[in-house]
Amino acid sequence: MTAAGRPASAAVAAAAEGEAPLLSVRRLGKSFRLDRGRELAVLRDVSFDVGAGEVVALVGESGSGKSTTALLIARLLVPTTGEIRLRGVDVLASEPRHASLAYRRQVQMIFQDPFASLNPIHTIRYHLERPLLRHGEARAEADLAEKVNRLLETVGLTPAADFARRHPHQLSGGQRQRVAIARALSVNPALIVADEPTSMLDVSLRIDLLNLMRDIKSDRRIGYLFITHDLGSARYFADRLLVMYAGEIVEAGRSDDVLDAPAHPYTRLLISSVPSATAALGAPEEPGGGVVARTAPVIGRGCPFADRCPSVMDRCREQAPALRPLSPGRTVRCHLYP
Amino acid sequence: MPPADLLVIEDLRVEYLTEGGAVRVVDDVSFRIGAGEAYGLAGESGRGKSTIALAILRLLRPPAAITNGRVSFDGTDLLSLSASELRDFRWKQISLVTQSAMSALNPVLRVGDQITDAICAHEGVSRRVALERAAGLCDVVGIDRERLRSYPHELSGGMRQRAVIAIALCLHPKLIIMDEPTTALDVVVQKQILRRILALKEKMGFSILFITHDLALMLQICARVGILYAGRLLETAPAATILSAPQHPYTRGLMSCFLEVHQPRADRRGIPGAPPDPRYPLAGCPFHPRCAFAMDACRETRPPLAPRGARHESACLLPAGHGEAAK
Repeated sequence: MTAAGRPASAAVAAAAEGEAPLLSVRRLGKSFRLDRGRELAVLRDVSFDVGAGEVVALVGESGSGKSTTALLIARLLVPTTGEIRLRGVDVLASEPRHASLAYRRQVQMIFQDPFASLNPIHTIRYHLERPLLRHGEARAEADLAEKVNRLLETVGLTPAADFARRHPHQLSGGQRQRVAIARALSVNPALIVADEPTSMLDVSLRIDLLNLMRDIKSDRRIGYLFITHDLGSARYFADRLLVMYAGEIVEAGRSDDVLDAPAHPYTRLLISSVPSATAALGAPEEPGGGVVARTAPVIGRGCPFADRCPSVMDRCREQAPALRPLSPGRTVRCHLYP
Repeated sequence: MPPADLLVIEDLRVEYLTEGGAVRVVDDVSFRIGAGEAYGLAGESGRGKSTIALAILRLLRPPAAITNGRVSFDGTDLLSLSASELRDFRWKQISLVTQSAMSALNPVLRVGDQITDAICAHEGVSRRVALERAAGLCDVVGIDRERLRSYPHELSGGMRQRAVIAIALCLHPKLIIMDEPTTALDVVVQKQILRRILALKEKMGFSILFITHDLALMLQICARVGILYAGRLLETAPAATILSAPQHPYTRGLMSCFLEVHQPRADRRGIPGAPPDPRYPLAGCPFHPRCAFAMDACRETRPPLAPRGARHESACLLPAGHGEAAK
């Protein structure tokens, strides 16, 4: 992703907060080429919006396409099909190969592993100064130091001057993830893509990190695409939920609605599998549990979940269901809901 | 009546003997596991959970060393076993399931060979007999017998972990140590495997030492639970008691950190601060800097595990029942 010397995309830079949603994704797809001309379609027909100040969670098992979606939105991967619109501007049309500096300024990413996302040989100050300089957020030396301190204070790393001097190895996992948040905030982004930001952290530190992200959201009207496998975190932090299975969105709606009354059989299976201290485990094996999710090359006709689905019908093996409205703000991809 | 003790650990201490001095990572931990019982050790990462597992099996490597305490298993003092006695003992009596099945299995050997290796090494039976037993184990853990001919990379994560469990079961050990056995798996697969493990435990009667950071999971699996923090056991009680009446402020904080799927959204707070660095041990209770109820005495006195009810102990200076009203 080198953008050095290239002029920022005027269209993206000019995109202003207006009628269009902050992020609008339509029919996004990603295939990887395998040997002998075969293709692996890891993502198919993914469409959703994220509004300013809204948190949209993407949940599903590993291999369902959550992280691929994150990388496509962050434009670290180039989609095979589909549209990404930032405040109405079709960014793949205006800057097809690489994201412009303007896009990257507006869409920032927080990665899962704070041990891998910070450079061990540089100080925290260096990690925060780089984006500030690259994106022209600070120019004078004094300005730079003040901005670094303010960022560290925003994410609760005080005394800021002390943290700025440290190296990543002198910080705990939770503190490192706060640096990653500060780095994302340094350029005043409109959207933050957070890929499992709390899953490597101790349980006792996760809530406070989510609280920090929520406070930042309210203060700055930042939109979040929040990728998680933890449905409890999704309920706590997200306004809306997208459930992914085998590269498709199978259910979407307000997080409380989806989690309290899941419609798709996969969503039901997922929710019933979450460990609960108060519920018994039950007898071994249940319908639908035994088969592993199918990856794209073996998907033929029909619904990818058909093999595991307790409510499977003949039709499910013949014809893939489309994502259809279920109730206002709620969609589901299943033949049970014609 | 509680079952007879199978594993008894008393005042176990593990230290890293570094040039800068001894760093204590397991600090005088004592607990017992009964025959056929599932005991859980919960705590956050880097707090000595896995070190305890390795210490029981005498698998610690320098600079880590057991510097104090007693580990007795079915009447045998494990800390005095010779190398050859240990070789017989390990796997036959206590086996281990770790988090990452991919690194537990040898990538260049077929799954079947890896199961039969353990059987042949310990029991001197023919390869064919061992292979028949391996096929039987496949049925038990729920993998297709055909999979014995597969290499680990040809199996899904869940199937690999089942294969590891088959290896752990193959010599019918009395105790299986499970260190985050399902953490790398998706929840759907996790639930299937845990159900399978519990059913096997009922049928075969082995004990389990279950190590995890996921308290909800632990309370589902284990009859009794120990809460570990900074290398010390801060509370131990039946799972139901930990759920209904946790005593230690750390346990209570940990319980309130769990975001349940079916809980309506309400404001929550984590536990402030961070766990202490074992290189700089604290005087008094290791939790006092993060504890909302810390008193002067907590900074000086190290509270021992003291009885708080039926099979319930807590290492805290606060009076019993403190904080329940505040909760």
